Amino acid sequence: MISYDIVIIGGGPAGLAAAVSARQNGVRSILILERDKELGGILNQCIHNGFGLHTFHEELTGPEYAARFIDQTEKLKIEYKLNTMVLDISPEKTVTAMNRADGLFEIQAKAVILAMGCRERSRGALNIPGYRPAGIFSAGTAQRLVNMEGYLPGRTVVILGSGDIGLIMARRMTLEGAEVKVVAELMPYSGGLNRNIVQCLDDYDIPLKLSHTVIDIKGRERVEGVTIAEVDKNGKTIPGTEEDYPCDTLLLSVGLIPENELSRQMGIKISPITSGPEVNESLETSVEGVFACGNVLHVHDLVDFVSQEAATAGKRAAEYVRSSSEKRNTRGSGASDGYPVPVKAKGGVRYTVPMSITPSRMEEKQTVRFRVGNIYKNCYVSVYLNEYRIQHRKRQILAPGEMEEVSLNREQLLQYPDLKEITVKIEEA
Amino acid sequence: MYDVIIIGAGVSGCACARELARYRLNICVLEKEEDVCCGTSKANSAIIHAGFDAEAGSLMAELNVRGNYLMDQLSRDLDIPFRRIGSLVICRSEAELPGLQALLDRGRENGVPDLSILSRDEVKAMEPNITDDIYAALYAPTGGIICPFELNIALAENAFTNGVEFRFNTKVLNIEHKKDFYELETSDGVYEARYIVNAAGVYADVFHNMVSRNRINITPRRGDYCLLDKSAGAHVSHTIFSLPDKLGKGILVTPTVHGNLLLGPTAIDIEDRDGVNTTADGLSQVLEKAGRNVKDLPLRQVITSFAGLRAHEDGHEFIIEEVKDAEGFIDCAGIESPGLTSCPAIGERVAQILTEKIHPEEKPDFCGTRECIAKPSDLTREEYQRLICEHPAYGNVICRCETITEGEILDAIHRPLGARSLDGVKRRTRAGMGRCQSGFCSPRVMEILSRELNVSMADITKSGGNSRIIMGTSKDSL
Repeated sequence: MISYDIVIIGGGPAGLAAAVSARQNGVRSILILERDKELGGILNQCIHNGFGLHTFHEELTGPEYAARFIDQTEKLKIEYKLNTMVLDISPEKTVTAMNRADGLFEIQAKAVILAMGCRERSRGALNIPGYRPAGIFSAGTAQRLVNMEGYLPGRTVVILGSGDIGLIMARRMTLEGAEVKVVAELMPYSGGLNRNIVQCLDDYDIPLKLSHTVIDIKGRERVEGVTIAEVDKNGKTIPGTEEDYPCDTLLLSVGLIPENELSRQMGIKISPITSGPEVNESLETSVEGVFACGNVLHVHDLVDFVSQEAATAGKRAAEYVRSSSEKRNTRGSGASDGYPVPVKAKGGVRYTVPMSITPSRMEEKQTVRFRVGNIYKNCYVSVYLNEYRIQHRKRQILAPGEMEEVSLNREQLLQYPDLKEITVKIEEA
Repeated sequence: MYDVIIIGAGVSGCACARELARYRLNICVLEKEEDVCCGTSKANSAIIHAGFDAEAGSLMAELNVRGNYLMDQLSRDLDIPFRRIGSLVICRSEAELPGLQALLDRGRENGVPDLSILSRDEVKAMEPNITDDIYAALYAPTGGIICPFELNIALAENAFTNGVEFRFNTKVLNIEHKKDFYELETSDGVYEARYIVNAAGVYADVFHNMVSRNRINITPRRGDYCLLDKSAGAHVSHTIFSLPDKLGKGILVTPTVHGNLLLGPTAIDIEDRDGVNTTADGLSQVLEKAGRNVKDLPLRQVITSFAGLRAHEDGHEFIIEEVKDAEGFIDCAGIESPGLTSCPAIGERVAQILTEKIHPEEKPDFCGTRECIAKPSDLTREEYQRLICEHPAYGNVICRCETITEGEILDAIHRPLGARSLDGVKRRTRAGMGRCQSGFCSPRVMEILSRELNVSMADITKSGGNSRIIMGTSKDSL
């Protein structure tokens, strides 16, 4: 069987950044397995700009951002296989994959980095009633058809869901000659970035209807119209608020789901909140030597943070490979190693990544990312070590659509005696 | 002039076509849609009923039990998945026990083998997720599950390879009884045949009433369903029914042969014979009532919902006979549940009626078997490796949710009566039927269809007609 030190599942932004980082941290034997015909993942269809402000301090398009990492991957001579589908990963890290040229093959890895990304929620998940005609697309599918293949999926469009892809596609469809009639959002707030609401809807006079959803789809062969209605706090339709919108296309941007089928198959513990693996400070999953980063771990809104996170996973996987060949002197559950402290999400914080930290193993500065479950204005983001508050930062606004982070200091955690839990919470002013 | 024209390429029509293909007859199937399996046959519970529901002595009961019996051999001959997982009818109190007993008695009278009433504890041991309210259950080990698409498609393919013609996109507009033949005016010109088999599902009364003064009436009875992800497929291991009521067998919960979990159907009588739209009320009924018999249903795992129409005839009985005042016109009407189960027996019955009239010669070269699309998941690793070596397209995964390769899609397109639309590919291969519901694979399947059928991307449809997927090219209107 062929073997590699690190096998990375997915050659999108997370997989590429993880590979580059692992190489820069001394691992030679790395293989990226990518199911598409080229590296870059979903960035290849994101031809709008706004990528890379944090990483490169300039505005790049998706393909340009991807190209920076693909260039590094090539320069560092990192191996990859395209058009290759991973079918299974055993807990012993034997990866079974398949492509046209090699057929079915197995690879033994010392460490695995999961970077499979996410998929879009479909209509079925929302139980939207009505007919099932052509003309209902997830926003990402429409984006691929338009941006990569040059087709127009429809001419008069209603969009359900104001996640970032939905917002971006409202602008894209308009620029390509379609009429976007309305964007409806079930929640009382948008799930997308504020800058996208301004640049993609407001600038094109596309109305955004909050607390509205699609309650009927008409048309037997092709979509002929949808009915939109207002919903109450419990998501129930308010009678009398129904409005018919004639249209030939319904785009759905109703959420992203990390693609963890492979992770589940290999027995990795999955968080019911993020739908991604539960990871520790090293972004290591419940299976030793298997790391996760990017949208397969939790859905991000900015690729820059994906790259940062993936770099951490690559570095930690490299350390794992090194220490396992040094007979695991520095790892394992040795007494000197300390113990994992749970990171708890409370008071409006929905989850944190990582979900546990062993202070002795963390970096000097450990980033903890999180999302909030509602809109909070003029509040504080606080961090507690047991009952002792160590951070209390004023924030003007926190929104579910924007990922947040706090930074923890290794020395500070190590000094704290008898640390049992770290808590991140939102506190009123 | 055909010997026999069959109207409708659902399971009934295709089962009739396959049975009649055993004889030297000139047969044609007319179908208004672009493919087989586009009406009632594609949207139902995918259940092979044991046969205790239909009234003793009815044709429905007879054909149900016979169809159930035939299904083992038929599924082997046609190489389609069929599993006898057994069914349970749940009763929740002692007061309901007589209802269960009545079903048991009726089932025995109908000839259903191995029926028994199980105690609460016995059921609990078999189905840990059954409701805690359960009192007892009727257990029918011969109940089963099947893939209705594959059954319908396989029957059609097998009929086709044995000489039956199929005309798609051909809607029958009028039927006239000439002296000793029938003239069918269709959307694709005039067809003539000596004998007609009316297997038109919810339209069967329309065609019957064109040739007979003894009118029949079929009401489309809509059933809404919710399909759950494969991660929920093991939630129950038998088909779980409620005690039946006037409108049918109630909302069931069942695994599917492909490992999903299916909930439904509702029973809502409507007027529109094409009204396959789900409604908010229908879907909420499904989700609510399914939870009465089975606890902790993972309802967040719903991946799609759909509705089908049962062809409910006023007498709630299969009408499979020559129409009295229209010689040579054979009805195959009122085929509602258990129509899917009964279809092999329906085919036999129709063939019997016609052969007794025509006395056709048997074809010595009739071949009743058919091979399914090679499924790499059924192969050993070595066999799979060899397959990819010979046909590299089997190494190229197109639908990642269901792990369907380009090789399977090519087979689906190029085999007899092959797929011409996204739905055609989906029903033959399952590409697009998984948890992402074709979000990822549809552009790729479109490309393959466009390439293989040599049609432009703009002409690729979801399901024929005006169901085009794309409407133009970027900026073409600017």
